This record gives sequence, structure tokens and C-alpha cells, in this order.
Amino acid sequence: MAYTFDNSRPIYQQIIDTIHGNIIRGEWPPGTKLPSVRALAVDFGVNPNTVSRTYSELERTGVLEMKRGQGTFVTENEATIQQLKQQLMHQRIKEFMNEMESLGMSKAEIRQGIDTYRKDDDHDNL
Amino acid sequence: MITFDGVTKKFLNHTALENVTIEIPAKGVTGVVGENGSGKSTLLKLAGGLLRPDKGEVTYKGAPVSRKDSSRIAYLSENDHIYAFFRIDELINYQASQFPDFNKQRAYDMLDFMNLDPAQRIKTLSKGNRGRVKIVVTLAREAELLLLDEPLSGLDPIVRRSIIQSLVSFVDVEAQGVLISTHEVSEMDPLLDRVLVLRQQHVLDMEDSEAIREQFGVDTAGWMEHIYARERNVY
Repeated sequence: MAYTFDNSRPIYQQIIDTIHGNIIRGEWPPGTKLPSVRALAVDFGVNPNTVSRTYSELERTGVLEMKRGQGTFVTENEATIQQLKQQLMHQRIKEFMNEMESLGMSKAEIRQGIDTYRKDDDHDNL
Repeated sequence: MITFDGVTKKFLNHTALENVTIEIPAKGVTGVVGENGSGKSTLLKLAGGLLRPDKGEVTYKGAPVSRKDSSRIAYLSENDHIYAFFRIDELINYQASQFPDFNKQRAYDMLDFMNLDPAQRIKTLSKGNRGRVKIVVTLAREAELLLLDEPLSGLDPIVRRSIIQSLVSFVDVEAQGVLISTHEVSEMDPLLDRVLVLRQQHVLDMEDSEAIREQFGVDTAGWMEHIYARERNVY
């Protein structure tokens, strides 16, 4: 419940981000049963209506599947999860590029910056 | 729907609420916010039929509210007026004898959740634990509508957190309506479906709290400041 939310974005979207992260990192593999709406609401310290909205939004995008009388599950459709992974990566890269371009960096400078960063001893895990 | 239609409430020569017209959804959690003396407590008492308007009408689900509605509306007062000579379990028995919708099992579940000893006398409780007991006896009622007047006021952060957690755990937002007046707007924010802003005896605005973030990129506290600033520029 020590969860803090960014004030500038709807809470249901921030919970979506957390769930997406859990799925992509493999903490919640395909077919994982999700906590009940109320249990997750208690974990996050939010209104259960907010979690309901999160779940229905993720059902709409196909990431979660509701099975009648059984609960809500992470989709077993690997293609959907791969697509989600690509989509999140694209989104983060776009944010990064926008940030760099707002600082006036050219594409060549950015590419060079990434190469230098990767060669740097501190970051050789990349 | 809780409907205020042109409602004015005066106490002697002091106006507590003036010409308020608003429709508040009967389900979900509505935060009632505004500076001291803006009319929050009066609005809650009028919604519960504990006060009668001098002008206008307050209706709940289409019928005018009255004291008789206390059988389906639970009210938590901002005052510490629970019976000090009772033990907690005696208070629970007393409340159960007064309200048919009182769920004793739920009350004991909540005591357990809040680490309260049913055998303890109320007069020996700390202020924080008295605040917790008030929440327990209010939320243990399976009332359609809960009116909570400043449930967090004057309590330390740990008690506030346990009260907020018990609201998430024990209120059924799909079946019950909750009106909470509060100054702890940021702490309450994740719990609110919508927020109603009062200033100087008038309702300024009411908005869905997720829509506030979506449209304005701020939380309810930020939005309230924005609304207040807008008003100051008008007058």
C-alpha cells in the first residue's frame, strides 16, 4: 500500500503500466490468474472501481482474458504478449527520441551517444 | 441519486449553505472538499436527513430525506461522541440493537484488521483508536449510503492509512454510496470516484477524479486549487 502515483496521469493507466511490466518481465507468465479486483484494490490502496476499469481496459486490448466464474487471467496468446512488448519498447524509444530531439540532438549524435554509452565500462552489461 | 434542489441552510443569522443545486450519484465514493466553514458538514447532514433545509429540497432516490432514513443511511460524526463507558464489544452489541443492517461479523473482522481488543473500554482508548472504532461501527452497517464527516481529521499518518485501507476493504463501491468530507485531499484521492468542491457556502464544481487527471494532468488537490484560484479571479 506504500504505492505512490504520478499525479498527472489517471490511476487506472498507471496500474495498467504495472501489470504490463509484470507480464513482460515474465513475473506473470501466460495463463496466470490475477488477484480479484478487491484484492488488487487493497494492494494498491485504490478504489475498486479503478481496478475494474483497469481489468476491462486490458480485456479490451486482449492482454487479459476473463473466464466466466473462474476469474481473470493473463492471455495465453504469445503473439499478443510479443506485440505488447514491441509496443512498449516502441513507446519508450519514442519518448527517449523526443527528449533527445528537444535538446537539439541530431540522429547521428544520438546514435553515437548510444554507442559510447554501451562501450563505457560502467555499462558493459548492456 | 442524492439531489439538492435550491437548498439553503441557515443557523440563526449565519448561512451554512446557500442555494445549492447538485445531483450526486448514489453509488461510489464522493469526496466533499473545501476550506473550513465552506459547508461540508452541513451538506453531509442534509444528505442524511439529519438537518432540514430552510429553502429547497433534498431527495434521495427520488424521495425527500428525513431522520427516518437513518435506517438505511449510516453517519459518522466528526465529533467524538461514542459512549465512553462502553467496552468495544458492548458498543458493537448496542449498535447492532439499534440498526438491523449492522453486521456483527464484519465488525469483528474489522476490529481484527485494526488490531483492536473488543474487551477494551472506550474511555481508555487513544484518540487514534477511538477514530478506528468509529469507522468500525459505521462501516459494519450494510447501509446503502455512508456519510463520513472528516474520518481522518486529527489522526496520525498510520491511523489515517489504516482507515483508508479499511475503506477499500470493507466498502462495496458497486452497491454502496459514500460521501466523505475531508481536508486530506491527496491521501483520499486514490479512493475517490469523484470530488465535489465547496467554497463559501456554494458548490463550485463536481468532477470524476480520473477525468481530472486525464483532462487537466493534476490530482484532485491540484484541481481544487485551480478551481479556487479561478473563483478568486472572478470576485
